[in-house]
This record gives sequence, C-alpha cells and structure tokens, in this order.
Amino acid sequence: MSVHLLRRVVESLLILLGISVVTFLLLYLLPADPARQIAGRSATVQTVENIREQLGLNLPLYQQYWHYLTNLLQGDLGRSYLQKTEVSELIAARLPATLLLMAGAIVCELIIGLTLGVISALWRNSRTDRVLTVLSFTSVSAPQFVIGILLLYVFAVKLHWAPISGYGTFAHLVLPALTLGILGAGWYARMMRSSMIDVLEKDYVRTARSKGLSRGRILFRHVIPNAILPIIAMIGIDIGMFMSGIVVVESVFSWPGIGQLAWQAIQRVDIPIIMGVTLVSACAIVVGNLLADMVAPLVDPRIRVR
Amino acid sequence: MIATIDTEQINPAGSNDSPVPLLQVKDLTIQVATPDGGKTVLDGIGFSLMPNEVLCLAGESGSGKSLTAMAIMGLLPKPAARITAGQILLGGKDLVGLAEADFRKLRATRVAMIFQEPMTSLNPVMTIGEQITEVLRAHQDITASAAESAALELLKEVRMTSPERRLKQYPHELSGGMRQRVVIAIALACQPDVLIADEPTTALDVTVQAEILDLIAKLQERAGTAVIMITHDMGVVAEIADRVIVMRAGKQMETSTVRQLFASPSTDYTRALLAAVPRLGSVSASAAAPVRENKATVVEVNELSVRFPVRGGLLNRVQQNVHAVEKVSFSINAGETLALVGESGSGKSTIGKALMSLLPFEGEIRINGRATRGLSRRSLRGVRRDVQMIFQDPYASLDPRMTVGDQVAEPLLVHALASGQELTDRVEWLFKRVGLPADAMRRHPHEFSGGQRQRVCIARALALNPKLIVADECVSALDVSVQAQVLELLRELQEEEGLSYLFISHDMAVVEQVSDRVAVLYAGQVVETGPASAVLGKPRHAYTQRLLSAVPIPDPEHKRSPFVRSTQELVSVMHAVGTSPERQLLQNHGDDHWSARAAG
Repeated sequence: MSVHLLRRVVESLLILLGISVVTFLLLYLLPADPARQIAGRSATVQTVENIREQLGLNLPLYQQYWHYLTNLLQGDLGRSYLQKTEVSELIAARLPATLLLMAGAIVCELIIGLTLGVISALWRNSRTDRVLTVLSFTSVSAPQFVIGILLLYVFAVKLHWAPISGYGTFAHLVLPALTLGILGAGWYARMMRSSMIDVLEKDYVRTARSKGLSRGRILFRHVIPNAILPIIAMIGIDIGMFMSGIVVVESVFSWPGIGQLAWQAIQRVDIPIIMGVTLVSACAIVVGNLLADMVAPLVDPRIRVR
Repeated sequence: MIATIDTEQINPAGSNDSPVPLLQVKDLTIQVATPDGGKTVLDGIGFSLMPNEVLCLAGESGSGKSLTAMAIMGLLPKPAARITAGQILLGGKDLVGLAEADFRKLRATRVAMIFQEPMTSLNPVMTIGEQITEVLRAHQDITASAAESAALELLKEVRMTSPERRLKQYPHELSGGMRQRVVIAIALACQPDVLIADEPTTALDVTVQAEILDLIAKLQERAGTAVIMITHDMGVVAEIADRVIVMRAGKQMETSTVRQLFASPSTDYTRALLAAVPRLGSVSASAAAPVRENKATVVEVNELSVRFPVRGGLLNRVQQNVHAVEKVSFSINAGETLALVGESGSGKSTIGKALMSLLPFEGEIRINGRATRGLSRRSLRGVRRDVQMIFQDPYASLDPRMTVGDQVAEPLLVHALASGQELTDRVEWLFKRVGLPADAMRRHPHEFSGGQRQRVCIARALALNPKLIVADECVSALDVSVQAQVLELLRELQEEEGLSYLFISHDMAVVEQVSDRVAVLYAGQVVETGPASAVLGKPRHAYTQRLLSAVPIPDPEHKRSPFVRSTQELVSVMHAVGTSPERQLLQNHGDDHWSARAAG
C-alpha cells in the first residue's frame, strides 16, 4: 500500500512539473510583452529594456524556465506586475474562500446528484424517472451564470432567504455552492442512475434478497456501496471542472476567491498571477485525483494493493 | 401430481399419519411479458417435497428449472414474470401473492437458496463475516458478537480452512469452491426447512464439485433439510437425488424416483436425454485403441513454457512470474485428437493460445515442421491458416452486429483466398458442411441457438482449411443433446478431412469419447500422458486418479467410490524471478503411457 502511494505521489509530482513547463511556454508565446505592461504606455524604449533585463526576460528560454522553477520550489510565484505584491501572498489570502466554496459545491452536487440518481434507478422508467432525466439534462446544459442569476433573483431578491453577495457566514455560501453544484448534480444523477441499474442486476443483490434482508439494508449495504465505486474516480476529475466554473461563480456572487483574482489578472494581462492561479488549480486537480485514488481502496477491497 | 415416497420416510411430526409434505407446488404456471403479450414459460408444474428428501429438477437450458426456484423464493423478476395460476404451499401456507414483507420473513428461515455462480453471488465490498452475520441478525434477535461466533461455527460446518481468518476476508480473496462454501453457510445459517440449490457446482472444477456435493449431502442428512437440486448434469442427479422431475420447455415431462428414472424412463425425451449423456468408461478399450500410425506430425511442441510477469514495487519491476505452462512437450499427428485435461488454472487454454501464437512463449512449437517462435507478423499469417480455434462460449465469440455469413467469410477475405461468387459459394458450402441451411448465412447470431452458433464457429474455423483445430471447452456451454451432435460433427470432419484436434476440456467423459491420446495438466506441467484408454482406464498419477474419482456417474446403481479429498495444499504457480518449479519427470509404463513419479 505505502509503495503504491509513494509511486502515485512521485507520478503526481512529475505531472506538476509537466504542467509548469506547459504554462510557462504558453505564456511565453503570448503576444503581450510583460516589460511593456509593467512600464506603462508612456514609458521610453530604454525603460522597457531596463525592466526586461531586470526580470531576466532577455535570457534564453531554458534559463528563464530554470529561474522560474527554482523560485517556484522556494514557494516564490513571482510578483504581480500591477499590484506590486507577491503572487503567493495574493493567492494564500484568497485560497481558503475558494476551497470553502469548492467543498460546499462538492457536498451539494453529491447530495443532490446521488439522491436523484438512486431515486431514478429504483423507479426506473417511471414518470419520476423521466422528470428527473429532463431536470438533470437541463442542469448539465444550463450556463452557470444563468443558474447563478436565477438563484440570486429567486432566493435573494424575491424571497430574501439568502444574502445577495459577500462572504463570511454559512448563508453566504449556500447560493454560490448550489450554483456550482447543480451542474455536477445533473451529471452525478445520470452516472449514479446507470451505475445503480447495473448493480441492481448483480447476482449478489439477488443473494441479498434471498437472505430476506429489508429493502433498506439491501439498498444501503449492498447496492449503493457498489454503485458508488465508479463515482469516486469522477470526483477527482471533477475538481478540474470546478476551476472553470469558479471564475464565473465568484464573479457573479462577488466571492473573494482565486477565481475572481484570476479574472481580474486576465483582464489586465498580469502574467505572474495567471501563472500562479493556473499552477494552484493544477495542483488542486492532481491532489484531488490522488485523494480519490487513496479513498477508492477504502471502499473497494479489490483494489487494495497486496 | 402424486409423489412416489419411500416408505421409510421419516415424518417430522412423529405421528403415524402419512408424512406431510413440507412444500407443495400445484399447477404452477408462469408467464413472461413479451411485446406480443404474455408467453407461458412454465406450464402447470406440480410436485411435493418431503422432509429430508432430495428432489432434483433436471432438464436442459430453458426448461424452467430456475424459474420454478425463483417462484418458490418469491424472487421472480418483476414485472416481467408473473404467476398466472397455481399454488405454492409451504407448510400449508400459500406463497403465491404473499406480501413482500411477509415473504422476507420466510426467506433464509424457511426456504434458502444457493446460486450457480459463486464468483459473483457474494458482495465484493463486504467481508465474508458480515455477509454471514447479517442474515442471522436480520432474522434472529442476537448480539453482534453472538452472530460472529455463530458465523465461525457455520464456516467450520462447511469445512472451510482457517475459518477465523476467512471472516475478515473479502470474496475476491477466496477461490470459487471456498466462495460456494460461504454461500452454503449463508443459506444454512437460519436452518431453513427447504434448501434450493440452483446448479451449485456447474461453475466449479470436478474435484471441487465432488467436495461440495458431498458437503450438501452431509449437511442435509444431519439437519434433515429438504433439498431441491436444480441441475442439467445427469451424473449429479444420479449421485444425489431421491426423486427426479425431468423438465422440458416449461413442462414437466416425467416424475419418478431416481432408480426408476435411470432404469426405465417413461418418456422418449428422458430416454434421449439419458442416451446423450457421455459416460466415463463407456468407450470400449478396443474402440479407443491408440492408432499412432506413421502419419505426418502436424504439431510438435517441445519444452513449451509460458510465464506471465507479476509487477510491483516503486519502479514497477517484475517481482514474480506466474509459470502458467512449464516445459510441456507433446505432438499431434494428422487425424489425431489430443485432449488436454486439468482443472482451472492448470494451463490448458494458455497452451492453446501459444499454438496460435497469441502470446509470447519459450520453447519450440512446430506446425507442419515450421517453427513459429519469433516469426514476423506476415509469416505468422501462414501459420495461423493451419491452426484455427473454436471457443467455449458461442454467445460471446460471434460479433452480434455481423451476419454469420460475413463472419465465416471474413477469414477468407483477410487471407485473400476468395472473393465474389467464389466466396459466396465457399461460405455456402461451409454452412452445409456443418449442417446449417445455406439461407442461414444472411442472419445474425441472436437468431440461432447455442448449438447452431457453435456450428457457425466451426464453419468459421474450417474456412481456411486448417490442419489443426484447437477446441477450447467447445461443448461445455451446450446442453447434452446438443453437445452430442456437435461432437459427432467434429468426429465426421476429422474422418473426412483428416483434421487434428487439440481438445481442451474439463469433462472427462467427453474426453474419453473424442480423444486418441490424453495429457493431464497440473499446475502448468504434464503429470500423465498416453493413449486415452490407458490414462483414463488405468491412471497412474495420484492427481489423475483424484480427477477421475470425482466424476459423478450417471447411474444411481453404481455410485462412484468415495472421493479422495486432497490432503495437500494446492501447488502455487507463482515463483520468484530466476527460480522455477520442480520439474515433473515422466516415467514410461509401456505403450506410450507416461506419468510423473511424484505423487500429486
């Protein structure tokens, strides 16, 4: 088990290294000139040149990357061109808000998605199932800013059940987490439905029924634990999907997370922040998958490495 | 339906009245929903089951055996199947139309069931212990610790090795035979009055089958449980049954005591069914005399070894090797059949695949004098033309989206041997050759029965005019009557075309019927080989003897001698890198009959 884990960690580090190369190259190929960006429009050619030298932008590519990587390993993500602050500090200040939002969204999508999936599968092809199918397709296809604004209008503006925007209390979390979670919920409902239908046909479920167990026991002890196995791997991948949604949702709800930070940085071509956020998101995806890999053997004894 | 009851039948009530049946099924009729309305799949079945009795429901696939069992358990697939008429009386209470909540209380406590597939009938994410204790806790008012000790007792009762450890293990850590023991333990946990066993040994090796049948019989005797045994195997019927119901296409053909059934079957169907059953020892020695004339050698295998690496560790390096086949040598002459016998995991199928060059191997394989090892893809195509394969499952080995004609034509197209009208003619001829009408060519696999599909597979194998056909358990999935027809076809083809067969099978009686020579495999090595009559008639090696003693005899008058349980642990085929298992050295007993010296 520990050997397997160690191997997965080493693999994850290699993936992160690869991501650092790709992000670095992408931004290097960008037509925007960071030196010009920092100096401002009115600066002279000489000033821009000086700044370029200061930042090491005139060095060969591999040296720039090496410089970037060594700084990265020391936790230095560079300085924001415009805010003149350390990127690591900016991200650190906003990361907890984003993690909280993500956790809230995962809880939302799992509770809603899995419940609806189980209901659909148990009453397969019934009217309830058909209604839920339509609902889940709608939620998967609706743009998040539309869902966000709709939820805001209904629950904040009309019903006054939740605050319109802001951060700090549980009430503030509900609507943004729901907006982010609804997309995933539709997705998980479909996945759980087909997984459940698959498991309900299995021989061991027939064995469980022949034991004279109650419906609840069969469902919660025999069917759901087996049906949920393919879902676990999905959750790891899901974190990547969240990152794109977070940029939108944080803007709609003025949620002070890294999505908002990234959005502002993209508008102003603040390259160090963009790179920092990209890297942190990549880390989140890699860690998410690693966690999913670690949780899976706890649920499924067959993948425990001997 | 009036049952024939042995007079010495014990009445559980202890009264002097005639014995009261535990279970009575009266005129049971089941329909399944089809797009064209309800179709009757079980038609007026009736029987009664006495305490302490073993009743066999025998018949071929689709006869309604399992459906009857599911109806008694209240587990018919809803809403697809429903009982349209009849009664199922358990202790006088009608189970038809019983509310689910009431039925639940009867399951496991009054009627329990053992299923066919031990590999899939246990929940993979629950420990063995929990799967046993949950049934106890669902029906009895006992504490967790009491349930656990009861589970331990049950595992001991089903003769599980190291039962304490098993409680904490998961199904995937146990072999098929051990899993079936767990399923039996679960079924017996609440001491049911009726135990339904649906083909409980069909998926198991013959030696494991003997142990499980033995176990069921012992437990039944001790607890006085009545057993309904569902089986297609007349050998199992003869061995275990008191009474037999022969079923066919949802109808009850015949009901009688087991002796009467085998001695004087009353219907033509039963007679045909019994006649089709292959019997070990039925082939006379003269008929099966070895004919090793000076015919050309088609296949020569020398010191064939196949290893599968097991990787692990941080760098994912090979840590151990599975020695699936270890230094096996044999040869097959033109027109000859060599049977490979042995239990699952003994390396039979791996040898077949190596002959087709479907996996990397060490040693030498010569086909028509040509060594196949290390040949390029292009040169291998020529070799593959000479060796064709027929697989076990005729349902899985045909593409459901292609017409069977296209599938038979495909090898001819791939090897560019025919096209246009010539191709059509050739395919038509092949269909006729295997006994299928020419117009069957345009149909899809789902329109055929299992036996017909296997004929299509044979036609496909014959398309390239091979010298050797590797038949991997090619009749195991078929009903006995169909099995007999397919075997007859294979024999005809051999006679007319001079084909050689490598016949891979676990069924000793079939092997005796078809093979000229036999090689017995154990843990990847040949432990005995020689003419079929010698190996099966006078087995020398302890493992061959064990294998043969486990085969049920389809004759209630001649029960097989008590099965010798192995005292040895199973030999592992896993070995550290660089090490090899101990080589089995073969000793000649004359007449080309060889066996390994070490007792297995």
